[in-house]
Amino acid sequence: MASDDKPHAERFPFGIVGAGLGVVTRQLPPDEPPPLAPNADLAVIGRPVPRQNGRAKVTGATRFTVDISLPGMLHGRILRSPLAHAEIHGIDVTAAARHPGTRAVLVVARPDELTGATLRYVGAPVAAVAAVSMVAAAEALRLIRVDYQSLPFVADMDEARNATAPPVFDAASAPAGYASGFPARLNLPLDGNVRGPATDGRGDTAEGFAEADLVVEGEYRTQVQTHCCLEPHAIVADWRADGLTVYMSTQFTAGVRHELAEAFGLPLDRVRVIVDGMGGGFGSKSTLGSYGRIAVALSRQAQAPVRLVLDRQEEQMDSGNRPATWQRLRIGAKRDGSLTAISLVSYGTAGVALGAGVGNVAQALYACPNFAAAQYDVFTNASPGCAMRAPGNAPGAFGLEQAIDELAERLQLDPLTLRDHIDPSPVRREERRIGAERIGWRRRHAPGADPGPIKRGMGVAQSLWGANVQTNSACEVRVMRDGSVEVLSSVQDIGTGIGTVLAQTVAEVLGLHSEAITVRIGDTEFPAGPPSYGSRTTASITPPARAAAWRVLRPLFREAALALNAAAEDMAVRDGRILVRGDSGRSIDFRDAAARLRTDRISAVASRSDDYGGFRWRMADAAQARQDLGGVQFAAVAVDTETGVIRVERVVAVQDCGRPMNPLLIESQVQGGVLMGLSYALFEERILDRHTGRMVNPNLEQYKLAGACDTPAIDVVVLENYQANSATDAYGIAEPANIATAPAIANAVYNAIGLRLRALPMTPAAVLAALGKFPARS
Amino acid sequence: MNRFTWATARTIAEAAAAASTIVADAMTALPETAGPGDGTIVKAGGIDILDLLKENLLVPARVASLRDIPDLDAIVEEADSGCRLGAMATLAGLAAHPLLRQRYPAVTDAAGESASPQIRNLATLGGNLLQRPRCWYFRAAEYRCLRKGGGNCFAIPGENQYHAIFGNRPCAIVHPSTVATALVALGATVDLIDAEGAVRRLSLEDFFLPPERDLQRENDLRPHEILTAINLPPLPTSARMVHLRQGEKDAFDWPLADVAVLLDLSPEGICRSASIVLGAAAPVPHRAKPAENALLGKHIDESTAGAAARAALAGATPLAKNAYKTPLFEALIRRALLKAAAPIVKERG
Ligand SMILES: Cc1cc2nc3c(=O)[nH]c(=O)nc-3n(C[C@H](O)[C@H](O)[C@H](O)COP(=O)(O)OP(=O)(O)OC[C@H]3O[C@@H](n4cnc5c(N)ncnc54)[C@H](O)[C@@H]3O)c2cc1C
Ligand code: SF4
Repeated sequence: MASDDKPHAERFPFGIVGAGLGVVTRQLPPDEPPPLAPNADLAVIGRPVPRQNGRAKVTGATRFTVDISLPGMLHGRILRSPLAHAEIHGIDVTAAARHPGTRAVLVVARPDELTGATLRYVGAPVAAVAAVSMVAAAEALRLIRVDYQSLPFVADMDEARNATAPPVFDAASAPAGYASGFPARLNLPLDGNVRGPATDGRGDTAEGFAEADLVVEGEYRTQVQTHCCLEPHAIVADWRADGLTVYMSTQFTAGVRHELAEAFGLPLDRVRVIVDGMGGGFGSKSTLGSYGRIAVALSRQAQAPVRLVLDRQEEQMDSGNRPATWQRLRIGAKRDGSLTAISLVSYGTAGVALGAGVGNVAQALYACPNFAAAQYDVFTNASPGCAMRAPGNAPGAFGLEQAIDELAERLQLDPLTLRDHIDPSPVRREERRIGAERIGWRRRHAPGADPGPIKRGMGVAQSLWGANVQTNSACEVRVMRDGSVEVLSSVQDIGTGIGTVLAQTVAEVLGLHSEAITVRIGDTEFPAGPPSYGSRTTASITPPARAAAWRVLRPLFREAALALNAAAEDMAVRDGRILVRGDSGRSIDFRDAAARLRTDRISAVASRSDDYGGFRWRMADAAQARQDLGGVQFAAVAVDTETGVIRVERVVAVQDCGRPMNPLLIESQVQGGVLMGLSYALFEERILDRHTGRMVNPNLEQYKLAGACDTPAIDVVVLENYQANSATDAYGIAEPANIATAPAIANAVYNAIGLRLRALPMTPAAVLAALGKFPARS
Repeated sequence: MNRFTWATARTIAEAAAAASTIVADAMTALPETAGPGDGTIVKAGGIDILDLLKENLLVPARVASLRDIPDLDAIVEEADSGCRLGAMATLAGLAAHPLLRQRYPAVTDAAGESASPQIRNLATLGGNLLQRPRCWYFRAAEYRCLRKGGGNCFAIPGENQYHAIFGNRPCAIVHPSTVATALVALGATVDLIDAEGAVRRLSLEDFFLPPERDLQRENDLRPHEILTAINLPPLPTSARMVHLRQGEKDAFDWPLADVAVLLDLSPEGICRSASIVLGAAAPVPHRAKPAENALLGKHIDESTAGAAARAALAGATPLAKNAYKTPLFEALIRRALLKAAAPIVKERG
């Protein structure tokens, strides 16, 4: 066995299982566990282990933040702007403060502060109270008198682009950085309400288009989608003389702890953030947020714990959203399909925030020597957007993948054949092969070929997402003297089942069952874990979990070797026993080995090592692997050409996430991604009243989410793709699974009716309009 | 939601005595003066009442529950072979009733396709017919529109994709009840009883009030009246009926359009009478008279059904964002007629 305190070469499994699995030799950094075999040779990793907290969730035993109740706890509530654009000339909170139930009152938009006095969207926080009950808090809020002066506003992106549109910001107050999305750039020029362009390019597109035999061109629109977390944004803030404890439904406990320390001038060791059960985040619970800051300030003022929970209307109106976009794509190609140029211009609006670009699919999905993109953000008087499951690439793929579909048709090529020619990714090539077979692509007919009013069609679309890593992710593994094992990290389970995956990882190393591992996560008392956004949780936290487990195993091996009169290097684990490799007759129970320890426990903390193959880039604690995560989805639809109703009958999703750690959990995430993509494609839309800028459907009744009856058969296939990059070689799946669904459905609709729907959502009204069934009106 | 007191009515008379305030009247008070007065409203399943309470659109002093009145949920066959549906029968109860399913399938289909299973288990027939409209401006406290006693309609110049295409001035709500579409097509009547036990019976069609008759109330329910039953008339055995609904989603959603047809065909398949009613089309269930007339004396086939559907929509006055409803209704009417006539068509073919 090689010594592990120095870097040394090791042979790793490499490539796609079933499509050329090979071996690669890489330098293994010091103190890293040896290469992990492919899943077929493992006992716990790669098995469909049911999530550990599944039973608690379905029986209602899980404690969500809204279930936290502390002695003396108060209830917070936020007063929000009724106007889309207004200046506050005065706020009178005396009556609210005098309400018998009131314990704290906070003015959020202070008239005497230059930046806080202007409200720029309906729902912007104005003031807040903490009171002894939710009813008292609501009553007290109604007693606050605000002197608003209404200002002209613009809520529509196209109108906001006009030079004559009311300015949402002036140059001094406009945000300069990015809120989310791609491409992320700082300090771009501002012209009226338009910030940008963020440009990207290579080669010379003018030359590229000149060389093209054929050019397709199209404009695509996507709507604002809201996150619709089943569990609302919620926080319980408990400010005490000796420190602050915050219970919060958050995607990043460690990050919120940092934000709190900074915002309230506290040392890190006086701030603790805890989350147990979580009902989704999808990007909207990534930071402390204004509601979080308000709850803590109220708790500090009242000297009592404060619970603040957004109601569904607040969720819909001000908890983030996926920005709306408009994009124009031009693609030039040779007769054989080779791409000669791609140009992209996009405008998007994240309301008063930035980050409404359409990502990097046009730039990176296909081989094309000449590329130019100019992406703009447009400010509107609407609530701030934020990251939402595959920001940028989800709307971007809706445009690009339809344009590629159109190109294939114009070239008289099968869409898969064209992609085989222009897509350099071996991963997606394999995924196309598998998916085409599953959906029965050979049965696909010419567009609009079905007789009768109901027309069926099949479509395909592809995705690309960066394989993200948070390098400062740490995990601790403890073995107690009785042989019990704990894994600890501040990493949070936002619903994906990461706790179960950690238990599997540790159990694999120690030769135990995953149920034998106690998982303690979601608490900043433990080593800081990664955020659960950017699909980086599994990629960041499972390698240190394996490394930490491997490090605690070494002293146990020494004890076992002494007991068995063997050498520590010859020890191995299996089924709860430590044994001499090649001589299974000589073994000791894992617990008996632990009982020989001199301390009550042994423990090791490990952090994420760099990818063994190096990163593509690194910025502070975030990094990206060299290879992207590819996905291909196929959809089969039925379109009723008389009612305009689209029904998705089947989706085949073939995805890559490196090493699949737990196929059961991955499958449920992919199903969630497909469902969210379907809902984006057909139903969801934030609708703002054009005359007041207020959302008219701020609920889950008129804001339409796909439900059980709208769910197609979803066939999930996950590749096993080894890249020799970390102790587990695992990457994310959440966002990749959400990108290709909408364009796959749109392409299937085209195949069904021979008409291209270039705007989302594809409602019956949109289909009937495309079919020319009623006279167009402005 | 405000604090209110709770009462449980044990008899219809008790309920009628308590029911001092019509929900529509309670909702037209000025926002500044809105507050629990001294009125009592009645609650059946509570689905609609709870929504209004939560949005602070309704601030009652007292709520009287109808759920403990015995037998108000009964579904009984009458001597004349008509049927009497108790006001407290749930939508789920209606949808699952074997006699209704056999004799009045349009009613069971309409009830069974409304809302979602959870809602249908609680929602009552009476409450469904008397629920307030879903116009999203009406449902937001921020907009004091015509129907709430204000001066403007916000939907007509605003976001109106789910609004009415008939009779849509000066208010463009669509009537929210799906069952009502079927019941009006069948010529149902409604029984209203006051505290003295006097019964007022009128046709359901006349019970609903379009904006030109009353801008703030969708029906003619009066204070101290309880809706006790809906009466379905006996029908000739030759009668055929169909209800079709089309929503964006298949559950937990409102119809974009729904259609009920009742046909009486001669043994030769000639239309002797037709009743065609459109739901989600107008502020009241919309009787498509031109379509009914177009069918009289005709065989029902693709061509006559299509012509009737076009006739039904000829008078539509869509708004900026709901013109798609015209072809949608045409398709549903045509399909409903062909489905209703189907067995006869087969016999002839
Ligand atoms: C998401 C969603 C989707 C829906 N989809 C549909 C749909 O597709 N189709 C549809 O038709 N409906 C739909 N609904 C509405 C639902 O069916 C109604 O809210 C429900 O039927 C109301 O019945 P209830 O018994 O709960 O009435 P309640 O809320 O108890 O009462 C409603 C009104 O009637 C009055 N009232 C009730 N009973 C009597 C009586 N016997 N005498 C006098 N006054 C009375 C009450 O005072 C109140 O004003 C939907 C609702 C939701 C939330
Ligand atoms: S349609 Fe009727 S209910 Fe809706 S805003 Fe207009 S007046 Fe009010």
